[in-house]
Amino acid sequence: MRTLDRKLGLLSSLPLAVVLVVSFLAPLVVVAIFSVMPQKVFSLTNMPDFSSYAVFFDQGYYKSLLWSLGMALVSTVILLVVCWPLSYAMAKVFKKFTLVLTIAVVMSLFVSENIRLFGWVLTLMKGGLIEGHIRAWTGVGFDSPLYGVPIIVFGLVYVYLPFMLFPLAQGIAMVPDDTRQAAYDLGATRWQVLWQIEVPLAAPGIVVGSLLSFVLAAGALAESKILGGQAVIAIADDIETAFTFGQNWPLGSALSMILIVIIGGLALFGVSKVDLDAIMGRKR
Amino acid sequence: MDSSALLRLRGVVKKFGDFTALKGVDLDIVEGEFFTIVGPSGSGKSTLIRLLVGMDELTEGSIWLRDGRIDETPANLRPTCMVFQSLALFPHMTVGQNIEFPLKLRKEAPAARRARAEELLDLLRLPRSYYDKRISQCSGGERQRVALARALAFDPEILFFDEPLSALDYRLRKTLEKELKDLHARTGKTFVYITHSLEEAMVMSDRIAIMKEGHFEQIAVADEIYSAPVSRFVAEFMGEVNLFGLRADDAGLITSDILKIRAGVAVDNLDPGGHGLLMVRPEYVRFAGGERAFDFTLTGTLHGEYALGSRIQYEIETTGGMVTVEKLREDRLNASEGEQVTIGFDSAVTHFIREAT
Repeated sequence: MRTLDRKLGLLSSLPLAVVLVVSFLAPLVVVAIFSVMPQKVFSLTNMPDFSSYAVFFDQGYYKSLLWSLGMALVSTVILLVVCWPLSYAMAKVFKKFTLVLTIAVVMSLFVSENIRLFGWVLTLMKGGLIEGHIRAWTGVGFDSPLYGVPIIVFGLVYVYLPFMLFPLAQGIAMVPDDTRQAAYDLGATRWQVLWQIEVPLAAPGIVVGSLLSFVLAAGALAESKILGGQAVIAIADDIETAFTFGQNWPLGSALSMILIVIIGGLALFGVSKVDLDAIMGRKR
Repeated sequence: MDSSALLRLRGVVKKFGDFTALKGVDLDIVEGEFFTIVGPSGSGKSTLIRLLVGMDELTEGSIWLRDGRIDETPANLRPTCMVFQSLALFPHMTVGQNIEFPLKLRKEAPAARRARAEELLDLLRLPRSYYDKRISQCSGGERQRVALARALAFDPEILFFDEPLSALDYRLRKTLEKELKDLHARTGKTFVYITHSLEEAMVMSDRIAIMKEGHFEQIAVADEIYSAPVSRFVAEFMGEVNLFGLRADDAGLITSDILKIRAGVAVDNLDPGGHGLLMVRPEYVRFAGGERAFDFTLTGTLHGEYALGSRIQYEIETTGGMVTVEKLREDRLNASEGEQVTIGFDSAVTHFIREAT
């Protein structure tokens, strides 16, 4: 009976396993092999020479990577600071209003990211919604905040807010009210309650939210293209260019591999540090 | 104002919208006593302890600790501390870190903290090896002790307890009740305990306050609450009790609709023209037989017999309702259900609750 169960279990997991291997693992393996091929080849049957990784350093692609990672880091930190009070309110203070807020935030995801970003361009550009109106009324105009690094970070914060907000609210909901009150009763100040009780107990939510928004922001390119006007180049932009205009698949693959290894390593490290089951609502 | 009291409440009122949870409460708690506030759910006892600890603000009145008014002091600056019903241990810290939490907040040196934590583990009879254990590895009773140790580490003027034993099973609860009483004696601290179980209160407390609908019905030592309750509410709160209506006419003659009263029997506190309830606990009611004559007697039919372990409880149906009698197992009554029995008791074992005329 036991062996039959096992056989049936293996059998029923087969379709999904096949789909995963074919659609997820195979392309990854192809990319990994392409990344060690000589420049500008379109076949996997060449002699590996790792030249693409040399190009990454020689031709300054590492700068794009650093920009992407840096902006992702800054936007993640900003998101944490901005979302903490809001998530706190959603988890503990707002009652029915939490649902309204959730629906409002989720609704924004129904509109394509590019369209929302172009909406910001129309709002913020010189002669756009804001500057145009102010100039028409007062006669005094000002420079557009578009096309710089700060506006890219703003775009990242704006686009990835839901990915921080909801996990964080989940995490904060896991902090029992009693532990907070007990710490306060034992003489802790509000800051001490925050750092010694709330942050550690909400850690799974903080880690999941931070990982999601960092990973997504590090691989983002629409914000730097549309809002940033390519003031700085994101690594995802370089990857796209290498595969399309550059017709250099090995370079694109190498850049992808570098990004995958860094982000994958970070994700594994983060996930290993927290109890993910806790936030998924399962008991250990 | 009694200045010898450690904690004093004067006219404490707490309103939630239109609902008045506390209706002007006065209370004096003496230093070093084990004071228990008992009441059914909704009586306002939880509201009261939240005010005492500082987790809520009062609507009117004042709270004084020694000579200082504390009701406007935030909870983290009050020299008092509470053991929560949920215990509220910090799950991300070890037993040792939990106990040392208040000491760490005061920036005590790590070595001194550790020494104090180990002292407290000893005091609560937890092995010192528990210092490095995680909270999730401790049993219910052990967690209880850790929570107590943490509260004692804070070294509060008053230690509050919000029904910390209510979630435990019966046997563990009984053990911990005694341990708590013992701990009170050894530490000499002032304990203020909240519970819905008067039985629990009886075991541990020096004094008990019975709470009903936002006010204190009676504040007295445990014995007095049991033997001389001031109202039907208090009498019935402590388990089984038999109450019989009594009145005295203007000449002082005592009459009852149910009880047969021996001529010349006097009842304390029953003045001519007054009326009230005569209380007798089930264990004081006797079955009549032989020559023995009782001050009060009545007859009824034996309705039921229930074994309570060491005692047996009988229910006797009378014209005045069900009367409960308890006997030790060896004094078991030789009668079967439906049989006519006569029961009686003397004035000395009764307590008269006077009712306003």
